[in-house]
Amino acid sequence: MSNNLSLFDITGPIMIGPSSSHTAGACRLGYAARRILGEDVSSVIFHLYGSFKETLKGHGTDRALLGGILGFLPDDIRIRDSFQIADESGVMYAFIKEDEEEDHPNTVKIELIGKTGEKKIVKGQSVGGGNIRITQIDKTNLKIDGKYCTLVTRHWDRVGIVQEVTGILNKCNVNIAQMSLYREAVNDQAYMIIEADDPISKECLEAVQNVAKMQYAAVIDKLY
Amino acid sequence: MNYRFKTGQDLLELCYEHNLSIGEIALMREAQASNMSKEEVYNLMLESYKVMKESAQKGIITSEDSMGKLIGHNAKKMYDYYRMGESIASGMLSKAIAYSLAITEENSRMGKIVACPTAGACGVVPAVLNALEEDREIDEKKIVMALFNASAIGLIIATYASISGAEGGCQAEVGSASAMAASAVVELLGGSPRASLEGAAIALKNMLGLVCDPVAGLVEVPCSKRNAGGVGNAITAAEMALAGIESFVPFDQVVVTMGRVGKMLPSSLRETAQGGLAITKAAKEYTQRD
Repeated sequence: MSNNLSLFDITGPIMIGPSSSHTAGACRLGYAARRILGEDVSSVIFHLYGSFKETLKGHGTDRALLGGILGFLPDDIRIRDSFQIADESGVMYAFIKEDEEEDHPNTVKIELIGKTGEKKIVKGQSVGGGNIRITQIDKTNLKIDGKYCTLVTRHWDRVGIVQEVTGILNKCNVNIAQMSLYREAVNDQAYMIIEADDPISKECLEAVQNVAKMQYAAVIDKLY
Repeated sequence: MNYRFKTGQDLLELCYEHNLSIGEIALMREAQASNMSKEEVYNLMLESYKVMKESAQKGIITSEDSMGKLIGHNAKKMYDYYRMGESIASGMLSKAIAYSLAITEENSRMGKIVACPTAGACGVVPAVLNALEEDREIDEKKIVMALFNASAIGLIIATYASISGAEGGCQAEVGSASAMAASAVVELLGGSPRASLEGAAIALKNMLGLVCDPVAGLVEVPCSKRNAGGVGNAITAAEMALAGIESFVPFDQVVVTMGRVGKMLPSSLRETAQGGLAITKAAKEYTQRD
């Protein structure tokens, strides 16, 4: 395990059982996907790989994934009833077991459609002890572990856009811990992942959304 | 002042240098690493302990099937037996066994628990500490500090070996949990930091090689009763350490050994449900039902 462990990685997380990787981690993956979509979900398809296929029922992986999509965190007892809650709130869901091998045994690909029609595909892994890693948003490979408040943007690659976004964060008094940039080609679709020490407010997010050539921006709260 | 430690030896040196307990050093380390105040860090652990106690209390009064319907009715039976006062173990041990079953049964029916160090091994440390708190009427603050002690032991094990059944078998889960609990108990009952590590070393040694072989891959059989077994092991090890008995092999070397043994375990005995109890006739009959 990593050298940056916290004592609360040992005693913790507080969670709904029975498995930190297959229940708590699954819930966090669903929760992160919902945040990346940036709006309430109207329908979701979960593609399951490796162990996730096997643990779907017995470890409550299905209820945990769906609970996360509904905005529940791993210690939320409502996870137990997430099918019923999804049905009542008109959220459609499906689980598909995939045969392909993935890098990590606990992998899920989540296809989301939001209430306004916004679509996202989010892929992630449950890497142990309830910790997760988002590895893909739409077609772009990246890495988000949710240990910080994270700003994700999708924009058209152009000169100065990074400076504008970091300038907004500066004005909002948000300190940047780490940041990374991904793009498909020059002047093409690009992503920014900014991990911040401080929470990013709604106003701050809105300012980022209004930057020229910005297509989409979302904040994933600190997940731990 | 730097409270970072990696090995058990580092931890002991910090304790003796600052004249603080393992729990106190662990608390300082966490505050420093997370940039939180000592009070904030303490309160987080207090919250965890409260959830642990709730899970034990809920588990002993609930008789309800687990997700896989393999367990769910043992904690209440055990607690009723403890209450009769006729158990062969001391009252404290008998109660701790009941709490251990209670917490793990709660876990297996999607109740709220605290992973310690994992969800599969969540019924050792809380069961021992909660039973001891009640038996000896120990101040809750001291128990929370003992949880810091246990977490420090778990941190060292996670760093130099593993706390994951998929990597190291059950010795890494219930084995680690019982080492954590043994060390915490020694501190609570007035043992020295050195004695805490002796207790942890003894507990971990006693579980070396323990495989992870869950029936149908569920966190139910043998996990729940194995947690209760871990309780007995933790108390046995703490008892020896408090009597002044030392481990011939020092804690740090035992930890590395556990990690090495884990790597030698075939994958069939590391949480894959491909070996051990998971392929017995009884397990196969269960898996092939419906």
